[in-house]
Amino acid sequence: MNVFDIIGPIMVGPSSSHTAGAARIGKVARKLLGDELQEVRIQFHGSFAHTYKGHGTDRAIVGGLLGFEPDDLRIKTSLEIAAGLGLAIVFEKVQLREAHPNTVVIKMRGGSGKALSVIGSSIGGGNIVIKQIDDLKVEIYGEYYTLAVVHQDTPGMVAKVTGLLAKNSINIARMNLYRSRRGGEALMIIELDQRVPSRAIKSIANLECVISVRHLEPTKRLGGE
Amino acid sequence: MVHIDSLQVLADIAKERQENISDVILIEQARENEESADEVLKKMSANLKVMKEAVKDGMALDVKSESGLSGGNARKYQQAVLAGKTLGTGMLDSVIMRALAVAEINASMGRIVAAPTAGSCGIIPAVCLTLMEDKRISEKKVVMGLFTAAGIGMVIAKNASISGAEGGCQAECGSASAMAAAAAVEMCGGSPHMVIQACGIALKNLLGLVCDPVAGLVEVPCIKRNTIGAVNALAAANMALAGIESVIPPDEVIMAMKSIGDLMPGVLKETAEGGLAATPTGKRLEKEIYGIK
Ligand code: SF4
Repeated sequence: MNVFDIIGPIMVGPSSSHTAGAARIGKVARKLLGDELQEVRIQFHGSFAHTYKGHGTDRAIVGGLLGFEPDDLRIKTSLEIAAGLGLAIVFEKVQLREAHPNTVVIKMRGGSGKALSVIGSSIGGGNIVIKQIDDLKVEIYGEYYTLAVVHQDTPGMVAKVTGLLAKNSINIARMNLYRSRRGGEALMIIELDQRVPSRAIKSIANLECVISVRHLEPTKRLGGE
Repeated sequence: MVHIDSLQVLADIAKERQENISDVILIEQARENEESADEVLKKMSANLKVMKEAVKDGMALDVKSESGLSGGNARKYQQAVLAGKTLGTGMLDSVIMRALAVAEINASMGRIVAAPTAGSCGIIPAVCLTLMEDKRISEKKVVMGLFTAAGIGMVIAKNASISGAEGGCQAECGSASAMAAAAAVEMCGGSPHMVIQACGIALKNLLGLVCDPVAGLVEVPCIKRNTIGAVNALAAANMALAGIESVIPPDEVIMAMKSIGDLMPGVLKETAEGGLAATPTGKRLEKEIYGIK
């Protein structure tokens, strides 16, 4: 445990789960899209659907999508900022099956036409888990530097990617592999102790069979700077 | 960290090392983070800075929450104090004013430090900043007080809960009050034994407090509960400094809080289905806020 989990985090109110956690989900979703954001459909489930207005969950998610940290005061006016940037936003309520009460579905479309759907839950105290990316069920907590590598499901991919990380002296904290079907697209989620330098990201992206690489900064900061 | 799984162990380690509880927590955290004590201190100072700003903004700005349910009471209270309309209780007035200010800032999407949660974020700053001003306690000592509070909070989180959804408001405002009382005793020169006694007394006084926020929002009753958490912390700290002990040992009080929280029905744990949330006015406000007919 960390003392800054108890006296902290520094955040924009009013709720660690409904505001701070929501901002983190938005931030991770935007990073996963990795494109200029043009349109977004935000669907609230459970307690999020019931109380999102009063808790500013809508503003927090949009703030996160704009890249704001959970302690950024601009969250309060994120809807106005997004409108100024020409971002089209729709809010809806949905009922998902077997989802955590604080769950949101974020359906994004980027400037280059790329579409991505992300489902995330705010599981208490500002902690989050990304549960689904498009059709793939995943688990991303956003507490570490994270690499999300989309690639063709062919033998040897894990060794190639982890080999490149080892060459750059980057230590793996946790790693998971997801795929929808054999031989199709697969997703590697690697949580790391260190930031990945851009040349390493580039060499992973240049590997044969790699479709895309996203690098996520940890969205949870304990203790001020 | 060395195994700090009870308040007694924490007080014993401090006594054995002839240090304060805050020193023990600071050193252990630095070791765990593989950072210097200075770096860890700096992070806690950043928290204190945000607490100060929240108090200042809560008093100065025209604060209003998103739902319209809350805002403006810190200022109202301050004006009443200046006009001599309150009972004139000095430090008590100061903690009430500051607790309102920070909790209102939280409700209005301003910046706060969760301590231990966002709902209870006004209690620790109210007590610590009031002591700092009234007792002229140095900033360094106040920062150390926050480590004491954090240490107490860690033990409570480990053995019971600091979440309203899990343990009711006793776990949020109760824990914050116990943490603030502990910090206050250490800042005023009390021994580690007195620190944990203050914690036990403060927690006992708020046992059984349910979590029943109107419309599920962190406003009613949360904001005013921050004031009772702060006032209770002063009472508990004063008793402990006078040498008064908690008859039930502090660690057993935490056990009691856990069992009460487990026994508490779900409707009284942040679901907004019971207590104040379920009163006719609570229901009416909920409908108005969400536009339900
Ligand atoms: S009533 Fe519930 S939401 Fe409000 S401060 Fe207490 S525990 Fe938190």
